[in-house]
Amino acid sequence: MTAPHDHPHQHPAADRQLTTVDAGLDAGHARAHADLWLSDVTAGYDTRPVLEHITLAVEAGTLLAVVGPNGAGKSTLLKVMAGLLRPWGGRVEVLGAPPGREARRVAYVPQAETVDWAFPVTVGDVVMMGRYPALGPLRRPGTADRRAVATALERVGMREHEQAQIGALSGGQRRRVFLARALAAEPDLFLLDEPVTGIDATTQEELMDLLEAEAARGKTVIATTHDLACAAQRFQRVLAINREVVAHGPSSLVLDPTVLARTYGGHLLVLGGQAVLLDDAHHHDQPAPGERHYHDDVAP
Amino acid sequence: MIDLVLGPLAHAFFVRALLASALVGLVCAVVGTYVVLKGLAFIGDAISHAAFPGIVAAFLLKGPFYLGAGIAAVATALAIGWVSRRARIRIDTAIGVLFAGTFAFGVFLFSAMRGWSPDLLSFLFGNVLAISAEDLLGLVALGGLVLAVVAIFWKELLYATFDPLGAGAAGLPVARLEYLVLALVALTIVVSLQAVGIILVVAMLVTPAATAQLLTVRFAALMRLAIVIGVGSGVVGLYLSDWLRVASGATIVLVETALFLVALLLGPRTGLLGLRRARSSRRQG
Repeated sequence: MTAPHDHPHQHPAADRQLTTVDAGLDAGHARAHADLWLSDVTAGYDTRPVLEHITLAVEAGTLLAVVGPNGAGKSTLLKVMAGLLRPWGGRVEVLGAPPGREARRVAYVPQAETVDWAFPVTVGDVVMMGRYPALGPLRRPGTADRRAVATALERVGMREHEQAQIGALSGGQRRRVFLARALAAEPDLFLLDEPVTGIDATTQEELMDLLEAEAARGKTVIATTHDLACAAQRFQRVLAINREVVAHGPSSLVLDPTVLARTYGGHLLVLGGQAVLLDDAHHHDQPAPGERHYHDDVAP
Repeated sequence: MIDLVLGPLAHAFFVRALLASALVGLVCAVVGTYVVLKGLAFIGDAISHAAFPGIVAAFLLKGPFYLGAGIAAVATALAIGWVSRRARIRIDTAIGVLFAGTFAFGVFLFSAMRGWSPDLLSFLFGNVLAISAEDLLGLVALGGLVLAVVAIFWKELLYATFDPLGAGAAGLPVARLEYLVLALVALTIVVSLQAVGIILVVAMLVTPAATAQLLTVRFAALMRLAIVIGVGSGVVGLYLSDWLRVASGATIVLVETALFLVALLLGPRTGLLGLRRARSSRRQG
């Protein structure tokens, strides 16, 4: 359905996708100004494809929400961007290089469910891990690293919990700690898997304020979410996917009932112009190999 | 009393055995911390059994015992790592197959030996009192290598163990670190074979860190505590075995097991007594 990728400067798929909402932006322009650029990307696990023909350009300084039903491939897309999963086909550029090449400028926060909360580490230990990759082997964390950790903990309001074991924290506090780890790494690109899922409204507002501030400083923030209200109110742009890109653009344009109906299919009820999501917010949308999963996903 | 402690030290073989036991306790505790946190106990058991054909082959070829055991253990460790990343069968199934298969091959080789054959029991359960000065030197070198690698990469190993996705996205070579841990486990097992033998190595790897985990929630403290338990059990266990005239490897493991049970019963977090106390104080408050 789309052209092969022999010619790196021709991206008919990019044109097609971007013009759905981003009218007037040509593919070459998008790529040149993008922190993140995907062209006709297909990816999956084992022999099962999850994402197909994903074409996308995200400009630096964007605060982007990725929405879609369970099994839509939101986490998979994030893993492709983070260089954790090699796509089967298509081309990906992250910060102007193949995924993984600029890894030290990328901070990835996994879903809370994938973390072993009984692990013997303190809040301070976890945030310090954000400094490890830049330190390299042999070097011990120094004054600058401890200051960065303290600052990050201060910003997320967890300074007084520095010595606590992570398992002793509430759900919201756990999300704060992982965001602090990402902040301590001082990245240019944040990839956050469900950063505001399962937390109280205050924490959600505070974390979104932080992410907004990072985007305002020119950092790119990409977060998956099940919370459509949060996506509409707090994110500049929204990417709606259901294994393919359904829509990508300003949140006001993407989050309209027609687009949502196409994204969520039968999982969405539209009642008098109000979209109601029938979706389990705590569910993994794509278990990695070896991960336990408790439900059977029904492919759309 | 002092005589009980100092008396055995008059014998060079006992001093060598004491040094070997303490070193094995140290190296096993350090590597075992990662084994426990990564859930590699079963893999450790498999690797130690896989060393058996290597030992027998080294004996048949009149080569050094450490070399045969080392090649077999490291090869199996890397094979397990490869299978766990690539194959489409469950990892515990793959380990179960490798584990029994390699051990059976060792027994096969052993039973094929004609004429004089060595003592099977000392292969399976170790005999630290028989350690030679050269073997002790080799053990120190190999153990030192393992400790040096952990000293260099402890941060990276910790991050990749706790959050492989986050570490991988941040640019740490998570796959290579995984293989590194498996290779360290294999070398640690080789270091420990003379002291505790194939069957009991897994206890040396797992028990000190498992005990420490009951007592602390900090990584650095956990490893330090595991070292104290591992080295202490090595020394105390060897003396006990000398006083009681019983097998040294088994006694060392039993001391570790006893400490684990004490921590389980009395520990501040999981301790059964502590839990009862917490429950009764909650009832009062």
